[in-house]
Amino acid sequence: MSALICEVVYRGIFQKNLAARIVRGIVLSARKSERWGIAFGRYGDSPQRNGIPAKDFAIVADTKEELEQNMARYEPKHVDVTICVDDTLSKGVESWAWYGLQPINRLTEPNGTLLMTSLQPFEALLKDIHKKDAPYKLSLIRAKASFSGLWVYKEDHTEVRILGALAKIAPSFLTLDAVAEAIKEMEWGSDLKVASARKAFDRIETREVKITEGNSEVPYAFEMPKWWEMREGVTIPAIPIGKPKEGGQGYVPERNPYFKKFSTRTMRPVIDFDTCVKCNLCWISCPDSCFDVMPDGTFDANMESCCGCGVCEAVCPVEDCITMVNESVFNDNASQWEAWRKDKTGYKTWLTATIGDKKTTVRSHGFRFRGQYDQELKAELESGGIEITAGIPGENADRKTV
Amino acid sequence: MATVTETKAASEDKELLISGSEAVAEALTLADLDVVTAYPIRPYDTVMQAIAKKIANGQLVAEYIVAEGEHSQFEIVKHASTVGARVFCGSSGVGWMYAMECLVVTPPLRVPMVCLVGNRALDDPGAFGVEHNDALVVRDLGWLLCWIDTSQEALDTTLIAYRVAEDRRVFLPLAISADGAFLTHSQAITMVPPKEKVDRYLPRYDRGDLLLHPDNPITVAPQANEDWVIEIRRQNDEAMKRAVGVIEEAYADFRRVFGRGPENPWFEEYMADDAEIILVGMGTISLPIKVAIREMRAKGKKVGLVRLRWFRPFPFERLAKALSGAKAIGVIDRDYSFGSPFHSGVVANEIRASLYNADKRPPLLSFICGLGGREVTLEDVNKAVDMCYAAAKSGKADAKTHWLGVRE
Repeated sequence: MSALICEVVYRGIFQKNLAARIVRGIVLSARKSERWGIAFGRYGDSPQRNGIPAKDFAIVADTKEELEQNMARYEPKHVDVTICVDDTLSKGVESWAWYGLQPINRLTEPNGTLLMTSLQPFEALLKDIHKKDAPYKLSLIRAKASFSGLWVYKEDHTEVRILGALAKIAPSFLTLDAVAEAIKEMEWGSDLKVASARKAFDRIETREVKITEGNSEVPYAFEMPKWWEMREGVTIPAIPIGKPKEGGQGYVPERNPYFKKFSTRTMRPVIDFDTCVKCNLCWISCPDSCFDVMPDGTFDANMESCCGCGVCEAVCPVEDCITMVNESVFNDNASQWEAWRKDKTGYKTWLTATIGDKKTTVRSHGFRFRGQYDQELKAELESGGIEITAGIPGENADRKTV
Repeated sequence: MATVTETKAASEDKELLISGSEAVAEALTLADLDVVTAYPIRPYDTVMQAIAKKIANGQLVAEYIVAEGEHSQFEIVKHASTVGARVFCGSSGVGWMYAMECLVVTPPLRVPMVCLVGNRALDDPGAFGVEHNDALVVRDLGWLLCWIDTSQEALDTTLIAYRVAEDRRVFLPLAISADGAFLTHSQAITMVPPKEKVDRYLPRYDRGDLLLHPDNPITVAPQANEDWVIEIRRQNDEAMKRAVGVIEEAYADFRRVFGRGPENPWFEEYMADDAEIILVGMGTISLPIKVAIREMRAKGKKVGLVRLRWFRPFPFERLAKALSGAKAIGVIDRDYSFGSPFHSGVVANEIRASLYNADKRPPLLSFICGLGGREVTLEDVNKAVDMCYAAAKSGKADAKTHWLGVRE
């Protein structure tokens, strides 16, 4: 009697079809050894929103009774394998649903596995992933996050590579041959995809994580009020008016203490305060009011409330004044303006290097994607790594495409 | 048309010959209504016309907004109420159904709107006559529901309605149901109290920390998930429970200020004290029943009536006490609930449930009568009473529902 419980943590909309394929693949692969299974989604919102962390689950068990036992709750409280298909989620998961920030490894069983797609080294990821009070394994498949749209999946083989890697992690439930067989039978299956799964099985990298390792920050949390403590009438206090930044200058709005939103972000704006013309456009256009007005009239994007939508970059009239940079480059939410004020030369050096790296300024997602999947795939199959050959242009396309 | 008949020297009350709808308009004037919305549908439209006339005559200063349909009609007063306005609205039959989305949101938002439902059969077939199913569709949603019987009760209940709904302990929407035609279109002598008395009875509507105002910045009705919804429902449940005490206070105070009104707010008991057979019903159905009871009493038959005023909150404990001493109970529903237990009407099953914990449960017979505004005749009532006596004798009710006055 045993069961395998997996969660897939993904970015709402961008990865919903990818996540659905993975959990279906798990169940159908386990079915090859007469296991019973269920694949299901849970999210704090319906319809999902762009980029908001969401989860799908797959449970497979030896018997129907055991499956029911594990299904009889809203969602699993512990999982054998946490699958995370975007490494910027390693900073924690805050769903739309006001839960506070949850470490990515929160549900992972002691000695369980956190399986991620990432191009980052283990050590870089462990700067973001919160510490856990039990050891676990961190497994990586070298791939960048596979993002697409509401109805589509970018056919970049991420789904089969995850399944192939899972065959390595939980061979007693999913043998590689069972995974290969299941993939072949899928409406989206192919021999090439089977080959990708087998390569992922060989190429998965795994490392033990000790309880001393990881980000030691305590993720923000809050106690949910009792029914008699909540204000009646489905009414909540508005966010209070803000204060000047300092010395009566500037303006920092108050923000929702229960919903910070930053885990929705896959890219963040990097701001050149030296070239800012103080036009206000980023401040006005930001849908999340994330810009704080600094005493000198420039605008600092508050990293606790930025969703990473990129509107500021699109509206900024000054070249390279606001540049969206992949979230994986950063390990904290510290103020850029404070860093700039402290050391203007050092900041400029950092900024030039950061926004000059095409790999990290390529758009992670967007509605005008015209990617060359075939080339990406070829590089992936040949090297086992991934060479970024195409970006997602969006605004300022000519400058943001490799 | 309202006619001043005579002012009694001894009383400050003004005596008017007015319909139930006009009586509601009188009460709204006395209550100094702020915002009212209108969209015509019979029989509710009589109250909307009566209010329009009050405003046109300069007797009432209020915003009178003609909406483009019932959905907007109820949305507008909902918003007006959140900014602190005393509001009134209403509809009938399918018009009330068209407003359903707005009716659903008002209890959780704790909007104390007072409405008149001129009870009307739901289409199809298109019909004007009374059935109670229109108002009853909101019975599970947190609406306070009551049924009135006379023009006087229409006026008094409207004043009481604001007192109850706008009480901070309650803050729930309240629908007063008036039987179409029988009450909305029938004029009767009605005592209209002076404004000073009403001012003493009815405090200003104070929305407190729920007031939508720049000085009290709040967000109303954000989206919520499973971590919050059940708590919000529990709040609604508590408000409905608190309404019980608030209603009793409101009636006691009404008697103190106006010198009239029932001691038992929940239901009228007519010759029920010593009754062997008690009939139960809501609204103007009381009229033929009372006449029949008097005739039967003259023949030595101890029959009584319990006319329910309040359906939500449902006075289940008091009803169990009032009914369990009878030898048989006959519930006459002017509504239907197809496929329900025993295929009964709504009231019959609520009373069955109320009696479940009673030490003594008399046989209960369920009747459906007067649908679509059909007259409930003395013959119908007599037939029901005869069947109740038969059940009382055998000590057992048959497990079916009897349709009275249907051609068969």
